[in-house]
Amino acid sequence: MSMSLGRRLIFQVNKMNTDNLPKLDEKGLRRMKRREWMKLLPLAAMGAFAVPSVNEKLIKRGLAFSDFAAEKFFSRQRLAPVFSDREVTAFEKFPINSYSDYDPEAELENWKLIVEGMVARPGEYSLAQIKALPKQVQNVKHICVEGWNVIGNFSGVRLADFLQFVGADPQAKFVEMSCMDDYFTSYDLASALHPQTLLCYEMYGQPLTKDHGAPLRIHTPVKLGYKSAKHLFSLRVTNVLRSEKGFWEDQGYSWYGGV
Amino acid sequence: MATTKSGLTIQAVAAERKGTLEIYTREHPWLVRFTHWLNAISLLVMTGSGLQIFNAFPSFGAKIPQVNLVNVPEAVRLGGWLGGALQWHFSFAWLFTLSGLAYVIYLVVTGHWRQVILQPKEIRGIWPMVRHYFFFKAKPEQFEPYNPLQKLAYTSTIIFGITAVVTGLLIFKPVQFAWLEKLLGGFGVIRFLHFAAMCGFLAFIPGHLMMVALHGWNNFYSMITGWKRNPDYLQ
Repeated sequence: MSMSLGRRLIFQVNKMNTDNLPKLDEKGLRRMKRREWMKLLPLAAMGAFAVPSVNEKLIKRGLAFSDFAAEKFFSRQRLAPVFSDREVTAFEKFPINSYSDYDPEAELENWKLIVEGMVARPGEYSLAQIKALPKQVQNVKHICVEGWNVIGNFSGVRLADFLQFVGADPQAKFVEMSCMDDYFTSYDLASALHPQTLLCYEMYGQPLTKDHGAPLRIHTPVKLGYKSAKHLFSLRVTNVLRSEKGFWEDQGYSWYGGV
Repeated sequence: MATTKSGLTIQAVAAERKGTLEIYTREHPWLVRFTHWLNAISLLVMTGSGLQIFNAFPSFGAKIPQVNLVNVPEAVRLGGWLGGALQWHFSFAWLFTLSGLAYVIYLVVTGHWRQVILQPKEIRGIWPMVRHYFFFKAKPEQFEPYNPLQKLAYTSTIIFGITAVVTGLLIFKPVQFAWLEKLLGGFGVIRFLHFAAMCGFLAFIPGHLMMVALHGWNNFYSMITGWKRNPDYLQ
């Protein structure tokens, strides 16, 4: 806003120029100030976060809202980036965050995957039956909730193919996974059916070692590492999740865990 | 309405106080004050929980071998453990984003940005302010509510805020927004930028609080009522 030099001078002479301003008396000023700070009172509700028993519930709700939003971002068609063999992290540098030091050796011989719940053909499936489905090999990023990430080479069958093979009800909402070392987790069906979610039996072209979840694990690049359960024992297709939704999830990690 | 020496229009009233007529200008509209205090709370929570999260893997390098950069002291961590901190972080992230978005939209739509955002012609006014604050030189004339150094600081915090929100969204959803993740240099770079945004806020806050303390009650009170008594920048 430019102003002629003349006008400028007039204003400078008239330093406390109050003629053109609305006038308030002392009471009016007080009332105006009171009205203004009272408009900040809704912020007092934030005080609820200072009460431990209340904030515990609130921040769990916050995380649940975050999970709700995360599901909205997700698309089954959107693939996670894949990488060239050159970009893959060396096998020795692929971290092992195991739930237990479970050694499946003794049980490998008779191992079978139990399938139950809303499926047309429940029962026990051998590794040979699973491997008979089309094999998919992928170099994908494995992101840990702690903040690190590595690129790994994984092969296996699409969980989507296997679920079709056992006749899973497409109306179901969830898949629960339990493991031989008592670890457990659960997926929303959309993520379970994502084309990069694998029933993985090989890493770096070799059968899974005990540390990486022999004989069969879940691996997906669309969820955080703790959702990629090792040493699979059973799959249950369901509409209603058990109250135990996941080992880490029950302690406070995001159930959805999508990335 | 009144006009600042720099030519901005600002709402003003004349009011009687202790027998004399004084001028009050409306420096901080309601939305600015509301989001200011909401952001103050959010930033406290985001920093505390963010440091707790960082402590789970206090590095920007590989997991193997892991080189820890710091061990964040427990006193400044919030949430108790990684899971608790994530709950705090993912709750307040939404509040912080919403209030930041409301603030930025408000600045743009109402033109209030002129009072806050540093403009190229004001850059040369920064150094005299630095000389005043750090080398005890005379205080340059005040042309409007914020001097150029203040505008630099507030403009920076908006940039830190936008950086924090965008990189935060990408750490939350690196796969769903893979194109943007790649564009910005990948997960590791983004995690570093997210941390850098926090460092920006941590650099800003002590200076900000010190200035508030130095400038007294009238100045502080204006962020509560919105009205500044007898400003020195009117024509």
